[in-house]
Amino acid sequence: MAGLSRELIALRVARELREGMVVNLGIGLPTLVSSFLPPGAEILLQAEDGILGYGAISEQDFDPDLINAGGQPVTLLPGASFFDSAASFAMIRGGHVDVAVLGGLEVSERGDLANWYLPERGGGSIGGAMDLACGARRVIVAMTHTARDERPRIRRRCAYPLTAPACVDLIVTDLAVIEVRPEGLLLTEVAPGVDAAFVQARTEAELRLSPGLRQMDL
Amino acid sequence: MIDKTFASPDDALHDVADGATIMFGGFVSAGTPSNLILALQRRGTRGITGIANNIGLGDLLDVLCEKRQLAKFVATFAIRASGARKSLFEEQYARGEVALELVPQGTFVERIRAAGAGLGGVLTRTGLGTMAEEGKRIINIDGADYLLELPLRADFAFIKAHRADRMGNLAYRMAGRNFNPAMATAADVVIAEVEQVVEPGEIDPESVGTPGVYVDRVVRCDPVPVRWYG
Repeated sequence: MAGLSRELIALRVARELREGMVVNLGIGLPTLVSSFLPPGAEILLQAEDGILGYGAISEQDFDPDLINAGGQPVTLLPGASFFDSAASFAMIRGGHVDVAVLGGLEVSERGDLANWYLPERGGGSIGGAMDLACGARRVIVAMTHTARDERPRIRRRCAYPLTAPACVDLIVTDLAVIEVRPEGLLLTEVAPGVDAAFVQARTEAELRLSPGLRQMDL
Repeated sequence: MIDKTFASPDDALHDVADGATIMFGGFVSAGTPSNLILALQRRGTRGITGIANNIGLGDLLDVLCEKRQLAKFVATFAIRASGARKSLFEEQYARGEVALELVPQGTFVERIRAAGAGLGGVLTRTGLGTMAEEGKRIINIDGADYLLELPLRADFAFIKAHRADRMGNLAYRMAGRNFNPAMATAADVVIAEVEQVVEPGEIDPESVGTPGVYVDRVVRCDPVPVRWYG
């Protein structure tokens, strides 16, 4: 079976992050990105519950007051700060977060994101996702290219309820890296062992091929 | 002498009546007023409208579903799209036994802040073009659309801080701040659960997270071990 593991998707997303960036990692697959940050670079991870500058997830010495937005215990890095939820979301909505990495159920060809509600399960919750999708300067969606039933997740229009319209900048999946451009979706990288036709066959929206299309460097 | 301390969580909740609207501070396990939630369960108050970031996710609020104490809940995170274990709240919501208003988290805290700060509402772009805009006014400011979100108040706020003095000054600890400072401003009666009560002056004025003016009752409790297992 072609395609990257969840860990390798997270590794590829981490390559987008640079020294000095403020980054919010969503629940689920995006949380794994914290394990692959570029060594030596000071990247500030922001958690909605009011932490800037948290580090690794630590199961030791669980402290109920020191958790990330997914409820996982985390450590603190030197230079970390705490703040309340109003300040946390002012940071998010106000454009002070450089990158939000969010999970996805569907992304449309114009960058609409659906990631909070599954109609077939009759459920879902919003949490911080709508604020992050609207407010972060750059939104990266990390997800599997297709759903478990092989339904494409990258579509002409989202069928699921939206988190925010026209908010996604970059899609990283187990098969490809795709930029959302004003003129449509641009396929820039494919996973090892996969070609552009393979990716297009599993994508409902039309992909344009980047002149620099290449295999992912992992 | 100003003394806002109460002997027990049950004493501090003596006038919480059926049908009350109650805010609960906390984010999953952080800064959650677990002793006040357990006292509310013991009290058996019914027909509650609850307001909290999350329910059934390491917060103990799910105990209020054991005897159907909740009529409605306002939250940002209550129903999971996946996950094997369902909370009692999720089960009751699926059966139509409790109402739910889902609010984006940044909007949730700003609506509470607006209520406490004497503002008529807030304008935000969050939720535009989604289900969250249904029934709301859209206001255009200098060419950009915003949703008008209205203030959110309660009869009671149950909050959690690390330390307090008898005057009601509160100091928080780490990510235990979250919604507690905003909720402290937005309810008629504010009850703070704390781990320590100290003499006035022992909390450095620079470290007071919620000034005592906002707090009506303080009760010292041993923390309840809480964690979310997902």
